[in-house]
Amino acid sequence: MEAVAKMEGAAEGNQQGVTRSNQAWAYVIIGFFSLLTMGTYALNEYYIYVAAYLWFGFVYGMCLQYGRFCFSSAFRDLFAVGVPRMAVGIMIAMVLFGSVSAFVTATGNSTFHAAPYGIHSVIAGFIFGVGMVLTGGCASGSLYKAGEGNATAMLVILSISIAQALFASVGGWTNNLVPYSWHQAAVARGLPASINAGDGWVDQYLAGYVWDQPVTRFSKVLGLSNPFAASFVGDVLVGIVLPAAVLLIGVYLIWYRKGYLRRRAGARLPTSGLGVNLAGYWSMIVASKRTAIAGLVLGIAAGLHMYVMKGLMLKFGVTNFGQLMAQMGHTAGLSAKGTVFDPGYWYVTTQEAQWVGWIFNKLGADNMDNIYFGFENGLPNPLINPADWMSLALIGGAAVMALLSNEFKWKGTTRELAMWAVIGGTLMGIGSRLGLGCNIGAFFVRVSQGDVSGWMFGSGMFVGAYVGVKFFNWWTERKMAKEMAAFEP
Amino acid sequence: MKFEKKSEGLYALDVCGYVCPHPQLYTKKALEKMKGGELLELVFDNASSGESISAMCESVGNEVIEKTTVSGKYTWKIRKIAA
Repeated sequence: MEAVAKMEGAAEGNQQGVTRSNQAWAYVIIGFFSLLTMGTYALNEYYIYVAAYLWFGFVYGMCLQYGRFCFSSAFRDLFAVGVPRMAVGIMIAMVLFGSVSAFVTATGNSTFHAAPYGIHSVIAGFIFGVGMVLTGGCASGSLYKAGEGNATAMLVILSISIAQALFASVGGWTNNLVPYSWHQAAVARGLPASINAGDGWVDQYLAGYVWDQPVTRFSKVLGLSNPFAASFVGDVLVGIVLPAAVLLIGVYLIWYRKGYLRRRAGARLPTSGLGVNLAGYWSMIVASKRTAIAGLVLGIAAGLHMYVMKGLMLKFGVTNFGQLMAQMGHTAGLSAKGTVFDPGYWYVTTQEAQWVGWIFNKLGADNMDNIYFGFENGLPNPLINPADWMSLALIGGAAVMALLSNEFKWKGTTRELAMWAVIGGTLMGIGSRLGLGCNIGAFFVRVSQGDVSGWMFGSGMFVGAYVGVKFFNWWTERKMAKEMAAFEP
Repeated sequence: MKFEKKSEGLYALDVCGYVCPHPQLYTKKALEKMKGGELLELVFDNASSGESISAMCESVGNEVIEKTTVSGKYTWKIRKIAA
């Protein structure tokens, strides 16, 4: 099997010792989060809830950076350069996440709620998919790259955040684009008086359309009633393992097989037969050890995260962090239901919408009358927003990992990259709100929980990534032609 | 982005400052423009692109013959597979 060369990529170049200042900064970041954990715990034990989100975010950040785990490249690099590395990594992570959380679900400890599915999931995924190719990273990828010191990634995060905060509250002329049936259904919901469901595009989209769409999981489709059979057979085996295995066969046949057989031919090894192809399939799975390890740890951590959050809810006798906030006297920013955004698992985009939404609110915007902020997620001070700490710590975890492998580097942006960051980030923000999540919340988590809507969002992302790559192919070809004009007659 | 012909059979591509997917896309296109056996000196500073470029070269059969890293800047020499 010498033919199957190892792919370690850029990591090989970083084996020299870690500089002292990098080590010091890594300690500073870890120290800051540790002090924050202990200090807030000393104030009130309820803050352990925020700390749990924080440390899981930290682990996600470390894994993402270590494996250069980017959902965007999973789709994009297939079309752009024919590289299946991340597509494989994500499938591994989903199978692992699904298996760990199947146990959590079967024992009644899941924090997951399936989302309404329909054509909107596919359209949302498509818009998100185009956006993530333009920006160069998905929602979670931009977070970890921000932790590597990348200014373009920070700009992407800012764009996603602002786009969502604006989109969630947009009213005015956009109300004219809402079908009258949505408007009627939204108004007839009987939401609290503080929520103006009949005004605002997203409000009417949610209350007038999305909430009426069906919700299901693979276990339910198969009609499995035993909780273990439902979780392991329905949601994991039928919902993740089989589709993932089939998709990877497609990836192998289209993007990997040819190169693999050529390498075998070069090494004078047999190049046909089922055994050869099975070996090729396996070599594709283990081609990038780093990605596979990151996927493995991410999957397990994401499952444990659910379990821990459920445990804390049971310990404190609550179902949402908003109740603990109220008990601590922090009622500002609670939703009309008395809740805040508290997904109970890994999530990226809503907390990004919230911190900008909170700033807009402080600047005088009346955005607590919409469903997204006012009814569902609230607009708590970012300092006490548990999911915000998950994202901040994710950036911190990625920074620590990058520092310890000498990969941290402040890197500015260029006018061209800034343009793609803003356009792509805006598309990702809009796609996230339409799909009720990003590549993590709407795809990774939902697929891993056997939620049918996850694959629908994913299929949209797939097509969106294809369109994005087509566009960049045209763009880069144009620029290459200009360069080549200098030395080619 | 700078793509130039340094001498007969030797090309240089500098994609420093670019994030994914630009470095891998430009590298792919540069190699496609070159003839079999020619050499490309690639400079980039986006670590995650390295993973994709490495895998792409392996898959197509282009040979990465040298990799050097100096403070976050990667210089790779890639020989295009003989046609």
